[in-house]
Amino acid sequence: MSNKKIIPIGPYHPLQEEPELFKLYCEGEIVKDIKWETGYNHRGIEKLSEQKTFDQVFFLVERICGICSTSHPFAFANAMEEIADIEVPDRAKYIRTIIGELERLHSHLLWVGLAGHFLGYNTVFMWAWKYREPVLDLFEMITGNRNSYAMFKIGGVRRDITDPQIREIKKVMQVVKRKTDLLTGAVMDDPVIHARTKGVGILTKKDIADYAAVGPTARASGVDIDIRRDDPYAAYGLVDWKVITAEAGDVFAKAEVRLLEMYESIKIIEQCLNKMKREKEGDTEIQVREIPEGIGTGRAEAPRGEVFHFVVTDGSNSPVRHKIRAPSYVNIATFKKSCVGQTIADATISLAAVDPCYCCTERMAVAYDFASKERLYSGYELLDISRRKTEKIKTQKSQ
Amino acid sequence: MKTDKLADTIIAVFEKDLLKIDYLKETRLSVHINPGAIVNVARFMQVHLRLRFIIASAMHTGKGIEILYHFSDDATGNIINVQVVLDENKPEIDSLTGLFTAANWIEREMYEILGINFRNHPNLEKLLSDGNWAEGVYPYRKSN
Repeated sequence: MSNKKIIPIGPYHPLQEEPELFKLYCEGEIVKDIKWETGYNHRGIEKLSEQKTFDQVFFLVERICGICSTSHPFAFANAMEEIADIEVPDRAKYIRTIIGELERLHSHLLWVGLAGHFLGYNTVFMWAWKYREPVLDLFEMITGNRNSYAMFKIGGVRRDITDPQIREIKKVMQVVKRKTDLLTGAVMDDPVIHARTKGVGILTKKDIADYAAVGPTARASGVDIDIRRDDPYAAYGLVDWKVITAEAGDVFAKAEVRLLEMYESIKIIEQCLNKMKREKEGDTEIQVREIPEGIGTGRAEAPRGEVFHFVVTDGSNSPVRHKIRAPSYVNIATFKKSCVGQTIADATISLAAVDPCYCCTERMAVAYDFASKERLYSGYELLDISRRKTEKIKTQKSQ
Repeated sequence: MKTDKLADTIIAVFEKDLLKIDYLKETRLSVHINPGAIVNVARFMQVHLRLRFIIASAMHTGKGIEILYHFSDDATGNIINVQVVLDENKPEIDSLTGLFTAANWIEREMYEILGINFRNHPNLEKLLSDGNWAEGVYPYRKSN
């Protein structure tokens, strides 16, 4: 054991949505095992939900995740509408879909930026985050907030999207499309990014089935699942789009799936904007007087994969039990497959590839020898190892 | 496969261990089974019906400790809930970790919040509050 080093990544920063601690057990440069600890910032949201009314639960679940803050209200609304057996007006369906897809756009842009940052491509980071801003501005225009939009309620949405707003969204979508072309070109054609991400952190179809992984993590390994198509909700069954998959299962495939998904999101938003014009303005909700006794299972495809909400009601105005499963709960566990056998320099990007919250890596990571308590690397030095590897490849390629 | 057809298949195979089937709606089905048959039923769901394990939800009700194992049929959009009721004084059931690793964390979580013992689990330790919560106090039990 004396030559084995343990590198803890985590535990957390209070501002991020998923605090966790990864301990990488290393021999020399190679990661031999990985252990995971969580619960540093456990908020007991499932329990809290039992003490709130259904309307209040929307605001609670919206705060589970800071990035995909509309996925949880989406899944919760689907579960409640299943119990109450109601269908929302078409205009509300389109608005819900637009909000869901705008969120996917800004979340994927955020991921592309951070992935670039990890690899030492700060230009990609700056670009992606710059182009994410207009999407956040759209949210501010539609909902009054850049995040935590409070758009959902049982039976519909809280706000309509007006005609001038529709025009503005269309304009911004054109800009985002052009910028996505630029980003996709920069990432997909760069030989150094290929060298750093191809064949790294591979997950096979068998691994995906074993860990029940979802979302882009599963689709990048050739597992063709997407709740938007498989169990259609909101307006996803009313518009034309396709599910993006890749076969390789490595970090590059995950990036490819996310980048191409952004085009599909833009396609979906544009179709929804055109179709919602045909619906009556202001017809965005139906009144729901009471929720009967029953059980409901609601799902929504968040940027990171399937969000699942299970709600039990007893005829009162609060849930009796509310179980929530976020996609990272199943996706994070795949690290055991994707990181073991990799070098420390590749572990950072392999960890980042499933899009967990990885601000942890920057702020808290320290590598130290467990026997002597001697510090080996700080979080910044770990990032530096990753970036140095990119620089080395760049130099080799240019020679 | 439609849920009623799925239900017929399950009835044919697990006649003895089947307690009740709830047809919730077109794409949702709840299958109540004997807890002793959980591993066989889950294996059947995974291998023969090719369903994906989503997650399991546990709760304390008037009947005892209930667990719902949610399975997704991605080809049709169906969700099948496999439901068991355990004795609240000694809740115990076989672990599904032998079938899929995805059951590992959620079983640890259910052990932690409701005190359910999962037999043959490789590492039945607290998942969320290790070292921060009293032993033998289960926050999701209704008596608390």
